[in-house]
Amino acid sequence: MSGRVLVGVKRVIDYAVKIRVKPDNSGVVTDGVKHSMNPFCEIAVEEAVKLKEKKLIKEVVAVSCGPQQSQETIRTALAMGADRGIHVEVSGKDYETLGPLQVSKILAALAKKEDAQLIILGKQAIDDDCNQTGQMTAALLDWPQGTFASEVSMDGAQVKVVREIDGGLETIKINTPAVLTADLRLNTPRYATLPNIMKAKKKKIANVKPADLGVDLTSRLEVLRVDEPPQRQAGMKVETVEDLVEKLRDTGMV
Amino acid sequence: MAALGPLSRTARLGCNLCRKHRLVFNRNLQRRGIASCIDPSYGLSEEQKEFQKVAFDFAANEMAPHMAEWDQKEIFPVETMRKAAQLGFGGIYVQPEVGGSGLSRLDTSIIFEALSTGCVSTTAYISIHKYGPLRCAQPCRFCNSPFYCFSEGVHSYRCFISGSGSDAASLLTSARLKGDHYILNGSKAFISGGGDTDVYVVMCRTGGKGPKGISCLVVEKGTPGLSFGKKEKKVGWNSQPTRAVIFEDCAVPVTNRLGAEGQGFNIAMKGLNGGRINIASCSLGAAHASVLLARDHLLVRKQFGETLANNQFLQFKLAEMATKLVASRLLVREAATALQQSRADAVSLCSMAKLFVTDECFNICNQALQMHGGYGYLKDYAVQQFVRDIRVHQILEGRCIFSFLCSRSQFDLSRLQEKLA
Repeated sequence: MSGRVLVGVKRVIDYAVKIRVKPDNSGVVTDGVKHSMNPFCEIAVEEAVKLKEKKLIKEVVAVSCGPQQSQETIRTALAMGADRGIHVEVSGKDYETLGPLQVSKILAALAKKEDAQLIILGKQAIDDDCNQTGQMTAALLDWPQGTFASEVSMDGAQVKVVREIDGGLETIKINTPAVLTADLRLNTPRYATLPNIMKAKKKKIANVKPADLGVDLTSRLEVLRVDEPPQRQAGMKVETVEDLVEKLRDTGMV
Repeated sequence: MAALGPLSRTARLGCNLCRKHRLVFNRNLQRRGIASCIDPSYGLSEEQKEFQKVAFDFAANEMAPHMAEWDQKEIFPVETMRKAAQLGFGGIYVQPEVGGSGLSRLDTSIIFEALSTGCVSTTAYISIHKYGPLRCAQPCRFCNSPFYCFSEGVHSYRCFISGSGSDAASLLTSARLKGDHYILNGSKAFISGGGDTDVYVVMCRTGGKGPKGISCLVVEKGTPGLSFGKKEKKVGWNSQPTRAVIFEDCAVPVTNRLGAEGQGFNIAMKGLNGGRINIASCSLGAAHASVLLARDHLLVRKQFGETLANNQFLQFKLAEMATKLVASRLLVREAATALQQSRADAVSLCSMAKLFVTDECFNICNQALQMHGGYGYLKDYAVQQFVRDIRVHQILEGRCIFSFLCSRSQFDLSRLQEKLA
């Protein structure tokens, strides 16, 4: 086993920013808006670094797909403890239509190329909320997947994953190589320390093009329109249960 | 960042994921919002932006939620400061060989500005603490210990003495040599951290009158003869305890002296330039946070049938505040760069930066409070704490003295250099 872990990190609009829709309803305003690493990706990086600190894996490689600015996100991962980075350059129109299908193809190709033992991703990105990349990557590689992980432990060549599911918590044991996706309660990401930020400057980030990996980026989806959610309407107060049922019938909800 | 209130990081994440509320943006407000005009990351290198990001995150998650509690209950947040030290904030411009982070003055200013948005008082204390490691003119047992950079102990630095405010060179605490000890007598008022910290760096008179008779001694807590006055009740800076430090026949070993005898004043003055930049940077952070708080309030508060943000006078006022904030920031960063490069204008720039920035930033915070109307006066709103906390920045680190330095240096630089040599 190579002991190498691939961690996917995505550059998204910072969670604290108030989102605005573009006037032509084609998307969301991203120019001049603060971006940072997807919070679930931070949790994924933290888990990978923790595994390395426990000496269960040997190398953490941070991967990001996007334009030049994605390198900042990789640098943050390096400052948290990743060993090296891979920047898959995708810009312009390709970047606007980049979705889970394309990213999972890229990750699958990289996993084979880097001989990865584990791929750890965030469960979903906070800009599109797709929750698909991890699952698609596992399917393309025909690897087992441990998604919505709230606890991860390694047991030789197997991984024990406690998953957060609708009914509660589910514990599964899967063989490596495998894909894991991090949920909120997996860990609390560390702050990058000033010395680590400086050390991260010396770590390498390799540049790769999707064509080099033999990946076709054409999207099967077309975004027609982006709108803000409807303004919340005022509610109504009713006196009795009978009134409530009547109102529900009137508005056609029942 | 500070405006986000006491929600924890994960709770806020949860909120965002549910996307429960979205503000419909008022189209009358300019497209390039005020937040991007006053964004403190413009013109910085990639690395500096990384430092700033860590500092902002730390301020928003570890300091801002507790800022009000620390102020009202007068809590000295040692644990939070230790966490900050572990990230490297304890000795930012101290050399790595003695446990610091080895960064520049400009990096330091950027970091303190960001930390200040979380809690001015605590950040100011971290910045004062940093004086320590710079004091060492010759090797002594304190120089190489990591606790200088906060990881183990917390320490105070003193210069201010009752009886000689701005006129530091006339200080009266005496230190008579007796065998291999100095015997200290005297008292010093307004010592930040006094009584709660482990090490005190004291300027005292070992020789004759004037600056050349002053030396610098390190006194550890628990030394017989070292005692403290009552904890002062202050308008702001309440997360730092302030007490008078009293020396009554306090014996301090000669090996605790930093530098040679008579070098104390020089050591103090050298630290002052950096100290002024740091205090000015803390004021910047508070002003930045206050402008964002004011903007948020204007977008929400409605009077005369529309939000205050539509009021032309307030729009102009906010624009002025933003302008003065950016002007102040540029002056501080230039002073930091000058100090780092030991330029000829470093001393006067640091003095000018401190004078201008502390005044302007206080005015900005004050204006922000005014824009909140009656709510600004309530302790539920953070803006009043920023106003109270940075008011003292206009007082300490010398006010008239550097106006004096500024004017003197215009007319008689050679005599000034002679005095400080």
